[in-house]
Amino acid sequence: MSVLVFAEHDNSQLKADTLKTVAAAQAMGGDIHLLVAGHNCQAVVDAASKVNGVTKVLVADNAAYEHQLAENVSLLVTELAADYDHIVATALTTGKNFMPRVAALLDVAQISDIIAVESSDTFVRPIYAGNAIATVQSLDSKKVITVRPTGFDAVATDGNAEVVALDKVTDAGTSSHVSDELSESERPDLGAAGVVISGGRGMQNGDNFKLLEGIADKLGAAIGASRAAVDAGFVPNDMQVGQTGKIVAPDLYIAVGISGAIQHLAGMKDSKIIVAINKDAEAPIFQVADYGLVADLFDALPELESKL
Amino acid sequence: MKVLVPIKRVIDYNVKVRVKADSSNVDLANVKMAINPFCEIAVEEAVRLKEAGTATEVIAVSIGDKSCQEQLRTALALGADRAIQIDTDQNLDSLHVAKLLQKVVEEEQPQLVILGKQSIDSDNNQTGQMLAALTGMAQGTFASAVNIDGEKVNVTREVDGGLQTVALNLPAIVTTDLRLNEPRYASLPNIMKAKRKPLAVKPAADFGIDLAARTTLLKVTPPAERQAGIVVESIDELVEKLKNEAKVIS
Repeated sequence: MSVLVFAEHDNSQLKADTLKTVAAAQAMGGDIHLLVAGHNCQAVVDAASKVNGVTKVLVADNAAYEHQLAENVSLLVTELAADYDHIVATALTTGKNFMPRVAALLDVAQISDIIAVESSDTFVRPIYAGNAIATVQSLDSKKVITVRPTGFDAVATDGNAEVVALDKVTDAGTSSHVSDELSESERPDLGAAGVVISGGRGMQNGDNFKLLEGIADKLGAAIGASRAAVDAGFVPNDMQVGQTGKIVAPDLYIAVGISGAIQHLAGMKDSKIIVAINKDAEAPIFQVADYGLVADLFDALPELESKL
Repeated sequence: MKVLVPIKRVIDYNVKVRVKADSSNVDLANVKMAINPFCEIAVEEAVRLKEAGTATEVIAVSIGDKSCQEQLRTALALGADRAIQIDTDQNLDSLHVAKLLQKVVEEEQPQLVILGKQSIDSDNNQTGQMLAALTGMAQGTFASAVNIDGEKVNVTREVDGGLQTVALNLPAIVTTDLRLNEPRYASLPNIMKAKRKPLAVKPAADFGIDLAARTTLLKVTPPAERQAGIVVESIDELVEKLKNEAKVIS
């Protein structure tokens, strides 16, 4: 029994969520090998070798994997899969993109977005935007799994795994990378932040999101948004929290001017403490909030910032 | 070029689902159904390609029992030229769906297949990528822009940190994200016209694919309910509670 875990990274940093995916892999049982596929990614390899519970780090360092194109990465993972019972990736953009290809090439079903491991073949995952929780058993001999990181606690990083370089190169030659347009931010990642403050349609425009920034700075928080705020063009889509955006579960989630549509709740209702600030006392967000404040956000936000 | 758009009939996104008392599944009896929102965006994108003169024909396909013809008619009303229903009353895994679609791709030879990135019922986010793997095509998932450029298609993708653009050889697979476009409403004349557009029905059994289940749904339960908390009267009280009761700020 052994598990292959795909390391999520950007060639310079191992994404912290990988540590949670490794925790999920531990629950499946067996030796855990971590695959680092990238280009000029030695820093990631160094970090990967320290992840607890990992016995081996496989490194595929080649230009073909620089942007982790699904066509190329899926061929690599499929070739490696022969030696493993479980093939596991984090349910972030890269894992979501290439893993179903691996499943199809192996002719097995994929179980997406698991939040708990019941046994080596049985997993728990949310369906219907988290309004129902399904327990699913895989009948395939190999399990292809993506892990929702908010469901697991990160493993420690004081391990010392063996590093093995792979010389295999799988370049499908059907796709190429053109450009990236990444948001520059000094703030923590939405998925990794201990505190998230999000704005909704009630913010009225993109400029007013500045009202959240002072509070975010004081709390070391990431800034998110509801789909309504994204649809209205206030902020870019990578800030979206919800069923179709990012799933977050910080210690503190502050929802400002967000009514609480089920698609938004799906992305944040596992947060430890939820605060809602909304002038509509009937807004559904108050039904999930630990602390609700019925107030005009344009009065409440400056006051909150001054009192933190 | 031909564009194929696979669509799915799902619960309407405004409906809050309930779990059956016996925990076997969610209760879909007498619930309003609709075309999956991401699939609707896929239909819109294909129709816009046709209106721009890039696509010559838009074919909608859905897999399910007779009731999914309703959603196929919706796609036809939005501008698809013809439709195919692959008839089955079985609950299929994404892999089965992708294998059936692979056969349709082999028969129709589209240059582009546009699918929704996920359906809002099973939230799997698998079918497009699986179809891409089975057909050996490149994929542009979670698309927010699609531009045909000669023998290639440039797809701008919504990724965790922002946007990524990739160039794919045609034929290719695209899966839609929310910001790709805003689907139109079907006009009454188009809804009437859609009733006369061709809709072929093909039994799933005729495709020669092993549709035996790969997964077993053991149970479905409601999520842990969050208790509604308290309403605070002021920012001072809120800050005090967060510091001393919840202890999440210092």
